[in-house]
Amino acid sequence: MTAAPVLLLCLLLLLAAAGAFAGRWPAPFGIAIARLVHGGCAAVSAGFALLAILALATGGMAPVLLPFGPPWAPLSLGLDALSAWFLLLLGLAGLAAGLFALEREVAVPPRRLLPWPLFLAGMALTLLAADAFTLLLGFELMSLASWALVASSPADAEARAAARQYLGFALFAAACLVPAVGLMGGLAGDLSFAGLRAAPPQGWAAVAVLALVLAGAGAKAGLVPLHGWLPLAHPVAPGPVSALLSGVMTKVALYVMARLLLDLGGLGQPLWWGVPLMVMGAASAVLGALRAGQERDTKVLLACSTIEHVGLVTLGLGLAATLRAADLGPLAALAAAAALLHALAHGLFKTLLFLVAAEVQHAAGSRRLDSLGALVHAMPAVALCALVGAAAAAALPPLSGFAGEWLLLQALLGAWRVGELGFQVLVAACTALAALAAALGAAAMLRFWGLAFLGRPRGPRTLGAQDAPPLVRAALAGLAGLAVLIGLLPGPLLMLGAGAIGALSGHPGLPEAAPLSVSPSVQGADYAPLPLAVLLGLLGAGLVWLCRRLSPQPARRGPAWDGGFQAPPPHLPFGDPATQPGADGFAQPLRRMLGGRLLAAHEAVHRPPPGDTAPARLESGFHDPLPGRLLAPLVALRERLSVAAERLRDLSLRRLLMLGFGTLVLLLLLLALLPGGGAR
Amino acid sequence: MGFGQLSYDMAHLLGGGVLLFSFVLLYQRRLSGVIAAFAAQGALLALAVAWQGWAQGAPGLYLTALLAAVAQAVLLPLALRRLVRHLAVQRAVEPALGIGASMVAGVALVALALMVVLPATAGAGLQAREDLALALSVVLLGMLMMITRHNAISQLVGLLSLENGLVLAASGVRGMPLVLELSTAALVLMLAAVAGFFVFRLRESLASLDVSALHAHRGEREGEGA
Repeated sequence: MTAAPVLLLCLLLLLAAAGAFAGRWPAPFGIAIARLVHGGCAAVSAGFALLAILALATGGMAPVLLPFGPPWAPLSLGLDALSAWFLLLLGLAGLAAGLFALEREVAVPPRRLLPWPLFLAGMALTLLAADAFTLLLGFELMSLASWALVASSPADAEARAAARQYLGFALFAAACLVPAVGLMGGLAGDLSFAGLRAAPPQGWAAVAVLALVLAGAGAKAGLVPLHGWLPLAHPVAPGPVSALLSGVMTKVALYVMARLLLDLGGLGQPLWWGVPLMVMGAASAVLGALRAGQERDTKVLLACSTIEHVGLVTLGLGLAATLRAADLGPLAALAAAAALLHALAHGLFKTLLFLVAAEVQHAAGSRRLDSLGALVHAMPAVALCALVGAAAAAALPPLSGFAGEWLLLQALLGAWRVGELGFQVLVAACTALAALAAALGAAAMLRFWGLAFLGRPRGPRTLGAQDAPPLVRAALAGLAGLAVLIGLLPGPLLMLGAGAIGALSGHPGLPEAAPLSVSPSVQGADYAPLPLAVLLGLLGAGLVWLCRRLSPQPARRGPAWDGGFQAPPPHLPFGDPATQPGADGFAQPLRRMLGGRLLAAHEAVHRPPPGDTAPARLESGFHDPLPGRLLAPLVALRERLSVAAERLRDLSLRRLLMLGFGTLVLLLLLLALLPGGGAR
Repeated sequence: MGFGQLSYDMAHLLGGGVLLFSFVLLYQRRLSGVIAAFAAQGALLALAVAWQGWAQGAPGLYLTALLAAVAQAVLLPLALRRLVRHLAVQRAVEPALGIGASMVAGVALVALALMVVLPATAGAGLQAREDLALALSVVLLGMLMMITRHNAISQLVGLLSLENGLVLAASGVRGMPLVLELSTAALVLMLAAVAGFFVFRLRESLASLDVSALHAHRGEREGEGA
């Protein structure tokens, strides 16, 4: 078993090398190589999933040292329950995305084939690392390879700007995580997980580690206020790439955060340790869900929904850390279980939804909600899978999204047992925000599915859409099946992941997890999804039967009611688009209610002057003010620095010499004066 | 090894002598004086290296000493003297920093070198520590000379005296490979050759050896290209 991870990683590297050569061969061979790369990535992902299940069942794999690497930080690979949980997500989502790419990403240039296996390898290396140096190595490989994938899209100015901003955020994450790991390693410099766990950071170092990890991993996961790159970069990447970016890479960032803050640095921390995570998580959940309900582009909408779910997971992680610090082990385990379950569920259903968006873009030619509509007739299988995914994202029982969010709310409702008044107020606010986010997210998903798949077509291109080919259908159906399966069997899954829950909360496993139900405590309410699903099914079947029974005539399909509009005019064969609600119309109530302050939404009626026969126009829009506010000072700082550097270039020869000499003397002074500086 | 032993005392004396001539270089007011002081420093350096070769039993160091004696003490001063005569520059040195102030700065630099080296080399032998401190002082004083003089030849001498410090440091460390010393010395000599070439060019095109005259001729400055 120890050789398997190394073998799989090496296979990915070989596939990357093969992808690099795909462009040098004439057409049939190039396509065969592309198929080989995508098929190989899918197979390796399946191997990761099997390995993860094996590790979860048998308790993991002890760290092994690799025979290469720098002498001061030997590279090591290992697999414990926490990393196996996330590796399972990587394997399943990678398998589905690989199958999708096998159909849709065959005729692509090598610059898109080469980074794809590297991206998978980077994520796998991050998860398989057994020391912090390997973890960072994998994290950076993941960042760079995903940047290459984002930047590989057909070049227009918007895509280039998105790739540039993505790279900036990736560099920022690295600049935060490297010093954080250095601080955790301390003077001893032992970076292995066992060594780091034995000496959690304390005092000001703990504060610095918390801030740096939160900024570094949070920027990669898309936590507010560092979420600016997600809605930009996810749409420009090709379909399966944006699926993995959103479904898995944000989870890998959350894994890094959980590993560094909760597992390695979580022992014996004070009560406030999880509070920043809770605050950022709740803010991300609300802002992401609100934006998801406003966006007009399917992929941007899904990216914003990712911000919401990442926020919910972070809220669960922060709650687990705080409850652990307050010595409430079982409750901490509940919060950790909620975070882990929701991370897994979100990774899978968001992969499904992004693949659906890519398939819809392929078939109907657009990502804009205002050009779609009525796809349920043209693409019934895709529509059904999308419905399952959207219902899971909307946290409807008995699907996967509900189980995690239910556990999270139970943990929040039980967290009043921490005595501090301030914390109780915070928990009450977080509970309200989490519930608000869940409701907003459900509305966003309803809008997404309804506008894309129901109603009348909004353009002629939509009518020509065809349902997905078998391979794509298999990938989508598999993910939809997993969304149902995780929703029906959270108990066994959490029993399997008891080790991961223990690593995060310090309490061995969820206290009340049975094969058929989960429960926050012995006296608390049980959530038994299987009987619930049976009940819901019976209810639905009964309703259908009743309608059939009571109806005097057999069912028949009539023309859709189109707002009182009569016959379509000759120049608009599908009816006037203005007679059915558009993306902005659906978003209007929430924009008026919440968007004014949070999203800087504006609305204005432009009336023509008296005598003019032009129609009056209603103009509305919004933009997220946070990224701009975050970036503006950075841009100003860059300007100031470049002006200063320009002045430096203009120094005289002697001044330049003096600059070097002064720096040397200053460094020597530091060495001489710092306590203990010279003794080492 | 410690006080009272001949090898230590001699090494200390010779190394201290090299450092002393660094100070002598700093307060010279005429170019001929600067060059003479530099020659004396090179001779003392050759003696110090030879003594180290004898004390450490490392015959390779005799070669270094010979090279130092020939190059630093004889050839380079002669070449510099010829250069000065050939260019017929004014013989006075115009320091950018006053003599007194640069002496004070030099003393501060020596103190800094001691403060850095002595704690940092707590495990090494006494002689190696002293040698390193002296060598670092010579290097720092060479740099100080480079930045406190306007005159290109003085700056060149500062660079060469900096190299003297490097050779002193290399010879003081037991087991330093000869190749390393020689290549370092060759590198600095190459730098000096390039600098000498520029002195010629400077003289030809600007009729001055003051490097600040170069400043007006730099490209890519604000306001010029626009």
